[in-house]
Amino acid sequence: MDRTDLIVLGYLVAAVLFILGLKGLARPRTARRGNQLGASGMLLAVLVTLIDQAIVSFWVLAAGLVVGAAIGTVLAVKVQMTSMPELVALFNGFGGAASVLVAGASFTEIVDLGLVDDQVSSAAAITAIIGAVTFTGSVVAFFKLKESFNWSGFSGIRIVNAILATASVALGAMVIIDPSNTGWLWALVAVGAVLGFLLVVPIGGADMPVVIAILNSLSGLAASATGFVLDNTLLIIAGSLVGASGLVLTQIMSVAMNRSALAVIFSDTPASGVTIDADEVYAGRVTTSSADEVAMILDTASRVVIVPGYGLAVAQAQHVVRELTNVLEKRGVEVVFGIHPVAGRMPGHMNVLLAEAEVDYELLLEMDVVNPTFAQTDVVIVIGANDVVNPMAETDPESPIAGMPILNVDHARTVVVIKRSLSPGFAGIPNPLFAADNALMLFGDGKQAVSDIIKALAEV
Amino acid sequence: MTFLIALTLFVMAVFLGIELISKVPPTLHTPLMSGSNAISGITLIGALVSAGSDHRTLTTTLAFAAVVLATINVVGGFLVTNRMLSMFTSRTRKPADSTD
Repeated sequence: MDRTDLIVLGYLVAAVLFILGLKGLARPRTARRGNQLGASGMLLAVLVTLIDQAIVSFWVLAAGLVVGAAIGTVLAVKVQMTSMPELVALFNGFGGAASVLVAGASFTEIVDLGLVDDQVSSAAAITAIIGAVTFTGSVVAFFKLKESFNWSGFSGIRIVNAILATASVALGAMVIIDPSNTGWLWALVAVGAVLGFLLVVPIGGADMPVVIAILNSLSGLAASATGFVLDNTLLIIAGSLVGASGLVLTQIMSVAMNRSALAVIFSDTPASGVTIDADEVYAGRVTTSSADEVAMILDTASRVVIVPGYGLAVAQAQHVVRELTNVLEKRGVEVVFGIHPVAGRMPGHMNVLLAEAEVDYELLLEMDVVNPTFAQTDVVIVIGANDVVNPMAETDPESPIAGMPILNVDHARTVVVIKRSLSPGFAGIPNPLFAADNALMLFGDGKQAVSDIIKALAEV
Repeated sequence: MTFLIALTLFVMAVFLGIELISKVPPTLHTPLMSGSNAISGITLIGALVSAGSDHRTLTTTLAFAAVVLATINVVGGFLVTNRMLSMFTSRTRKPADSTD
């Protein structure tokens, strides 16, 4: 067996470790080990790659690995759980950029050696466009999630995008027709970079979970396409596993919003529908409550469901919510959490926040599980969520969120909504829930409001 | 490897990925994303070969940058996933970080 065979066998073992790793991620109990299996697969892949005869200058590699590992470690250790969507977006972007650079470097090398064929050139072109879109798209998503970049584009952005997409197809064709001129490939990268930027610019807020899932998928596909350039089995397999993973998540998020992923990408914002007059919905019907009143209601409750939304993350209220859960449980109240699939800014965002606050993951119920139980629930506490509990999705076929599955919190005996104001959610429409007879508004910062309730409960 | 074999691998892996990921519960979607994201950093091994082959300065420079970016993606991705998963605990069962 020669070295090349040994490397390919090593890659096979690594691919199996990735598959077992992803399988492990399917259950909370095995997830951590699954992740470790994936990491060992990666380590093995790197080690067997280093025996490749083509590698002559190890110092360059060592330097790159050390610098990358140091930066990666710092980012991973320092990040706050509320900022997880930003970090994942950033990592996606780095993966996409790395694929572009590898494809570009290898393509140049292959062209120099005169070994280029249609598979190499077409795969390089595909990597260039996907990787570049992933990179700039993820960087925009990163800054949008950090809320340090709010530009939402200009009118006619879709036409510009269509032109850029056409241009990239033409440039891709040139890469294949005239591979000896590597300038075509870099031109394609440049167009892809602008396209990725402009595609994500108009997208905001509640659509972010879909965008992150798509970018996740693209970063995998970019790696897979790089595998076609390099004739590398492990890149093809691992990349397509990740591509499929992002695809599944994109599908789940789209269903949970009742919008197609394409509608999200092409910025068919729900807010563009009919406008509904907020005053008409709220006028004189909104009941404002106090922490004392809420504490009194909770005192007699036997089942409480807490429904968190992005506002929970903004207010960093996960720990105080956990405290409230403890207080209520000590009083014999059954407390569970109802989690909408698109609550937060990325799939599973709320679950991670609550896990950080040491809330038992078995108390976090999915929409389909928790919905039938609202009728037997005494109090629902909605913290920082809006559109995902808006009954208009079911009652008004004209509303922009019509058909979106929601948490039917209005079926509970009392709904307490903790919110800063009556301002609309991402969909830009009023929420009739706030004006419902069984709804109480507790205005204020999520964290402060919950601690006030805890204090008031101690005095009841 | 012929193109068709590569394409076969690709298609099979996509189907396998869909099967595997469809079984992941929503509560683990964030760690799933960051973990699978770390796996997409596999492009690192391509970067290593390019950066180490010392072909010419341009390719080495590009590939070196790729090594750095991909390593950030890989190391950061696996570490942060591990950090998240170690927080998933259940009172009715053993903590997620114990052996099962």
